[in-house]
Amino acid sequence: MLWLPVLAVTAATWAMKAGGPLALGQRRLPPPAVKVISLMAPALLAGLIVINLGGTAWSDANWQQVAGVGAAGLARALRVPMLLAVGCGIAVTALLRHLLT
Amino acid sequence: MSSTPTSSGALTDGMGRGAGPGAATFVLGLAYGAAASAAGWGGAVPLVFSVLACSGSAQFTLLATLPAAGAVAAVAAAVLINARYLVMSVALNDSLRGGRLRRALQAQALLDASFAVGHRGNGRFDVARIIGASIPQWLGWVTGTAAGLLAAPPARLMHALGADVVFPAFFLMLALDELRKSRRAIVAAILGAGIAAALLFVTSPGNALLGAAAAALAGAARRRRPPAQRSARTS
Repeated sequence: MLWLPVLAVTAATWAMKAGGPLALGQRRLPPPAVKVISLMAPALLAGLIVINLGGTAWSDANWQQVAGVGAAGLARALRVPMLLAVGCGIAVTALLRHLLT
Repeated sequence: MSSTPTSSGALTDGMGRGAGPGAATFVLGLAYGAAASAAGWGGAVPLVFSVLACSGSAQFTLLATLPAAGAVAAVAAAVLINARYLVMSVALNDSLRGGRLRRALQAQALLDASFAVGHRGNGRFDVARIIGASIPQWLGWVTGTAAGLLAAPPARLMHALGADVVFPAFFLMLALDELRKSRRAIVAAILGAGIAAALLFVTSPGNALLGAAAAALAGAARRRRPPAQRSARTS
């Protein structure tokens, strides 16, 4: 029975997203908490990059992927538009894998 | 002098900024649909799951752990990986309008990339921009899932084409934008990456991500001036 776990995860996801507003309502956070929150996006994004590259227990890590992501970052740093920069990264990884197989 | 964007302008702006992550989400959705098809989930369950939950991390976790771990453990793992949304919704609350239910409804637009796109700095968020950025991502995820279920491209082909680069590369693009905002953001990102990298050896990616969020605490820690410097200033 797949529907039950699927619906349970869906409901839990909605509840997580609603959690902050339901718990806090119109109460405002104190300034120190706002300072922490302003740094939440860079901290979470950095974490997301790492877990996307590593996977569970670093089992998904491979250097061609890292090279591709690095190439995308380098292209972006050189002011290449975002989509094109990601395309560069994909091309680098695909090329490396093609050359190695 | 820049003018304050209207809600519809911010919504459109958000949709534009969400187009790139939306394209990435399509590719990931394609992989999810293909994997769900290969696992024998049929067509309706994965598609409805994508429409309602729109959560790649939780959906992949459930798909991967359900056969081996059983329903309770698989649901727990998928829920835990989404615990970051609780942190994000607390962060977002000050920028929302209306009563609790209205705020809770607006917070449903939260997605990882939208959280970063909507961040205006100093802990404030543009909610219309978040909603706008989530629209192309939701569309990308749902259409990607449908395409993956129909076409079912082999995982080897996706790997050979470098599809696994798409998501971390887009997160890197968004992170680079955040890093330009302050030195503290750089510190928080370095700490977040380090914590996640270390935790990944000992726990699940969901827990590693929550650990990375804790880096915001350290990044916000106030630097104290040495006592000599303080007394020199006051004398």
